[in-house]
Amino acid sequence: MNIKQNIKTLIVEKPLKLDCGQTINNFPLAYETYGSLNNEKDNAILVFHALTGDQFVTGTNPVTKKDGWWSYAVGSGKSIDTDKYFVICANVIGGCMGSFGPSHENPKTKKIYGTDFPVITINDMVNAQINLLDFFGIKKLFSVVGGSMGGMQVLQFISNYPDKAKTAIPIACTSSHSAQNIAFNELGRQAIAADHNWSDGDYNSKNIVPDKGLAVARMAAHITYLSKKGLQEKFGRKLQERDDLKFGFDADFQIESYLRYQGSVFVDRFDANSYLYITRAMDYFDLVKQFDGNLSNAFKNTKAKFFIISFTSDWLYPTQENKDIVIALNAVGANVGFVEIESDKGHDSFLLNVPDFLKALKNFLDKSYAEKNS
Amino acid sequence: MKPEYKIISDLIEKDAKVLDVGCDDGTLMEFLKTNKNANIRGIEISKEKVQICIAKGLTVIEGNAEFDLKQFPNDSFEYVVLGQTLQAFINPEIVIKELLRVGNKAIVTIPNFGHWKVRLNLLFKGTMPITKSLPHDWYNTPNIHMCTIKDFVRFSKIINFKIFKSLALINENVSDINNSNLIFKNLFGELGIFLIEK
Repeated sequence: MNIKQNIKTLIVEKPLKLDCGQTINNFPLAYETYGSLNNEKDNAILVFHALTGDQFVTGTNPVTKKDGWWSYAVGSGKSIDTDKYFVICANVIGGCMGSFGPSHENPKTKKIYGTDFPVITINDMVNAQINLLDFFGIKKLFSVVGGSMGGMQVLQFISNYPDKAKTAIPIACTSSHSAQNIAFNELGRQAIAADHNWSDGDYNSKNIVPDKGLAVARMAAHITYLSKKGLQEKFGRKLQERDDLKFGFDADFQIESYLRYQGSVFVDRFDANSYLYITRAMDYFDLVKQFDGNLSNAFKNTKAKFFIISFTSDWLYPTQENKDIVIALNAVGANVGFVEIESDKGHDSFLLNVPDFLKALKNFLDKSYAEKNS
Repeated sequence: MKPEYKIISDLIEKDAKVLDVGCDDGTLMEFLKTNKNANIRGIEISKEKVQICIAKGLTVIEGNAEFDLKQFPNDSFEYVVLGQTLQAFINPEIVIKELLRVGNKAIVTIPNFGHWKVRLNLLFKGTMPITKSLPHDWYNTPNIHMCTIKDFVRFSKIINFKIFKSLALINENVSDINNSNLIFKNLFGELGIFLIEK
């Protein structure tokens, strides 16, 4: 796959000490931008992507040829209006869209890293991306925005760099991964590890891919992104291109066929080892523990204006976990607004066409931006 | 804009940190922001109203005042405003105590159930009163704990909070309530406005 020509990359020269103890430098950070930076350089929004996202937020993804993952929210005239704001998004380190990750070659051994790649954390991801501010000469971002793992990065970013963003929008996320979250991620990792092709992470040297394991991981995860009601309404017990049950193990039901399809398209665009590394980073995320059991201390030095958004049918990062962040922010007198959006679309709501969500996001950003200029 | 907003605003100093509990569509919040440069936050139970507030650029938390005031530390605000909703809570006593824990002072407004029209309504019709400010039938009203101006004054003695200032709204005119005119104000006041303290 010759994707390099479509990918902008910043080589981060400055050494970055990872949470695991290793230090990396001269590593690639792949990014994309939309809109243009104004003269005052105060209209930049750093978007953080979720587990399987990448830097191609909107428009056509030049690698997958599909719509960018946040096309509903980002673009000309949309919630994150690219006519107005300069949107930056980087592929997280550990990822597989050009940033330093397990599919890169280890310069010491001249072999693909695989599982020799250092374990990275949400903190490491954010500390890598802060380099983009210097690169673009931005002193302070107008906003940091992200859903799911992107939301975790928003929280970590503000905690690490309390004066580097004017507003912060963590969406459908949590301040620490729950046992249930870890359990689902472990299920995915074990599905990959159980695929013989995985070869303890060394599949690249054998020119094979653990596509079956990765597809199962994706199928399991996909269920957690949807709601029971949403699934029932969309699929129910409808059969797939047949009038009756076939008394076998083919995909009789539409939901089976749908999940198999989701699994199969995912393996074309995602690296199995990256999946292991990024889910691990999410599992290790515990901002509460980082601040000795008091989440409020993560935010006590920030003047950023927060807007927290959750969804009624999100059972992966439920409203209460989002509200816990609101409570922690209120405890230190931070400026925080919160809304729970009514939606049947589960955790995935933030990626989909959910008008109430898109409206709230747009209004918050545009009003905050106008305030800044008044 | 409700006539009492101007009166509430007059009770608040410039640049004060204020929480509007049950902030509705944010009209009072905007008014206090413009007139008093207040550092203002709101809490509102209705998703639609929260959306309206966001569209106005106001900082509002979706939540239920009965349970969600807990999240604010003691003395987070100089003023906490509770406009015409005390009667809708399951436990008004806890709500008042929470208001005074979260804020140094609280401003509470109550629709006066002792108003003469309400009294006549019940006396002559023999049915639960329906008025302009209390438009619901008894079976669908959110107002489950109606009280009079006099009741609120007594309430202050029972659960032990200080009334700093009490005002009655009659035909959009505001007047002081004191011990000697309480009976009169309780009969003619449409709305009681109280500035209270622990």
